[in-house]
Amino acid sequence: MFDIIERRLRGKGVVTEPLNVLQGMGHAKAPMASKKCDLCGLCVPACPTSAIITDGDWQVDAGRCLWCGDCQSACPKDAISFSRDCPAVTDRSALVLKRNSPATGRPLLNEEMRKVLGSSLSIREVDAGSCNGCEVEVNNLSNPFYDLDRFGIKIVASPRHADMLLVTGPVTRNMEGALMKTYLAAAEPKLVVALGTCAISGCPFGGSYAAGSGVSDVLPITLFIPGCPPSPWSVILALLEALGRQ
Amino acid sequence: MRPYDIELLDSLPFPPSKYEERQGRLHLMVQEDQVRPLLSFLIKKEDGELSNLYHLPSGNCIMALVVVPRRGVIVIEGALEGTTYPSLTIELPSAHWYEREMMEMSGIVPLDHPNMRPLHLHDWPKNEHPLSPSFPSDREVPLVGGTYHYRKVEGEGIMEVPVGPVHAGVIEPGHFRFSTAGEPIINLEVRLGFVHRGVEKSMEGCPLPRALRLTERISGDNGVAHSMAFCQAVEMGTDVPERAKMLRCIYSEMERIYNHLGDIGGMATDVAFAVPAAAAATLRERMLRLNHDLTGHRLLWGTMVPGGVAKDIDAERSDHLQNALVDLGLSFDPIEDTLFNSPSFLDRVETTGTLSLSQAKDLRATGPVARASGWDRDARRDFPYAAYARMGFQVQVQREGDVLSRLRVKIGEMRESMSIVKQCLDLMQDGELRVEVPVPDGMGVGLVESPRGELVHCVHFENGKMIRYKVRDPSFCNWPTMEKAVLGNIVPDFPLINKSYNLSYAGNDL
Repeated sequence: MFDIIERRLRGKGVVTEPLNVLQGMGHAKAPMASKKCDLCGLCVPACPTSAIITDGDWQVDAGRCLWCGDCQSACPKDAISFSRDCPAVTDRSALVLKRNSPATGRPLLNEEMRKVLGSSLSIREVDAGSCNGCEVEVNNLSNPFYDLDRFGIKIVASPRHADMLLVTGPVTRNMEGALMKTYLAAAEPKLVVALGTCAISGCPFGGSYAAGSGVSDVLPITLFIPGCPPSPWSVILALLEALGRQ
Repeated sequence: MRPYDIELLDSLPFPPSKYEERQGRLHLMVQEDQVRPLLSFLIKKEDGELSNLYHLPSGNCIMALVVVPRRGVIVIEGALEGTTYPSLTIELPSAHWYEREMMEMSGIVPLDHPNMRPLHLHDWPKNEHPLSPSFPSDREVPLVGGTYHYRKVEGEGIMEVPVGPVHAGVIEPGHFRFSTAGEPIINLEVRLGFVHRGVEKSMEGCPLPRALRLTERISGDNGVAHSMAFCQAVEMGTDVPERAKMLRCIYSEMERIYNHLGDIGGMATDVAFAVPAAAAATLRERMLRLNHDLTGHRLLWGTMVPGGVAKDIDAERSDHLQNALVDLGLSFDPIEDTLFNSPSFLDRVETTGTLSLSQAKDLRATGPVARASGWDRDARRDFPYAAYARMGFQVQVQREGDVLSRLRVKIGEMRESMSIVKQCLDLMQDGELRVEVPVPDGMGVGLVESPRGELVHCVHFENGKMIRYKVRDPSFCNWPTMEKAVLGNIVPDFPLINKSYNLSYAGNDL
């Protein structure tokens, strides 16, 4: 006991990252082809989830991307790099990134939601079939580096207390019922967020007898947070941007 | 053939109809009714352990993988005539879940099995079996009604407490059904399968590069172990370069360090001891950032590739890693002191969730759970792979089998892991990172000590195509043992016991 107090008094060990540092760490970085790309198409079969299309122009669906880098190593011209800023979006189609398209805008929730939930948001996380990579990172949101609670956002134990369901996984056949019950148990107004590649598109497991192709098949989604798994800072930035807090 | 195999063949209670050696494994071909006596002999007389049991549709046989520590791997191929065979569970409780799995996934019925309820598939029609070759992987199977019958405890004052599948914490889904008399738990039944994604079916016919990405995502926090087991299985004995072996050890020990740090902090969290919990979470985040600095991925995914490794550690990063580990060791000491000098903490963890050695052996526990109960088993020492044969490390064994023992094992293993990484960095020399792997054919086995215990991948190729892929996560072995460990404990201690086990739901459900 006394050694704990002694160490606190010595004042060591504050590690919490200020918001501007988190902003500096930035959003997820999606793969993008540079000018060197001549649309040879070698990256298309290399992608394990068929996220890349080279018809017309090089484009990648960040909602299917596993961030594995297989396209990068398949490219003979070294044209692909993880350079494209890929923030969360409210519209699924905005995750399809084209070479020369403008950067995606801020994923802003509507005014009523911002007014009701903007400064205090309670989240219930639901694993609907994830590999537990996303759970590792959602748990990290509460560690001293990220300390989600300081933003007025907290992870709560029951859907009854929640404003937002943070859903991971492709929605397996065995979890669909439980996910629906959890959704119905949350009070209005409520939001559903798809976190990670499985939840957005079902990749890489989706479409089998046991797993669906993402949360949007069963629930209305207000926010898509890309990543496999999304880093804690990109989740914080996504939530703050959606709430209009930065 | 090794001397041990010859000796073993001589001592078998009856001769197998055929035997051969493949990639250092002894394969014994027998008839369906001989599987049980042969397994019983290997487990009871030769001190072997049942490491995998599954059905192979091509050739219609059941495959049983038995590992005899420090001796070798034995595969029993039991040829079936129809779709039934005499159950193994009656004599060997460790076969219990495997047989239930085989029944629903492949439609092979173990006759006289004491518990024929489904395991992974919920509300599933009787005549559909996902792993039978005639079942298309994308078939939509309707939910059929029907109740799952939990073991009932009846009597005055008995309460049933259902928990899950959506839990209070940020963890994976699973259902726990407690029967309690007052506070103490008198029965627990774990029902899993909620995260069943059909991994094994997806792997059939899957090209290797895509299969590698799938294996990383079988159980995300053990991604290195799973992808390494996959690589070993498809390499089929191809020798990987020295430097790649060292790097494989480094990455898997880095994974063990961040997993165990999470568990140690988690145990502190679950008794509401916030100071060491926060300190451990801080160290864990540092390790995840270190992982990112070294390999570009916080969970180290994408490091393994058949034939070697995909990511190198250059001299500068190697120094960075060494310094970070020294720093980790120094920062961890006060956490350990705080935990072990706190009587209120020790009061919660001592004698809580005890798993006896005989229970651990009967149900075939593995990993830190088995070692905490006094069972001296570690695949890194018993079946050395990668560069482990050259590493000096102490297998951490405790005797009590309670939460405190599991905590001690995990702390000890973390320190050993730090030492292994250091040894690898010292011994590592420049060289190739990967070699070409020949087109795989026949059967391959990957056996790895993941942070949760012994992990086995078995793969079968035919004409260059993957026709069967079987994953056996250590959690699959350890879940049934937890049902025993919680008995007599109070419900509020369950989260603590669960955390000390830290089993994977995704790895178990597949």
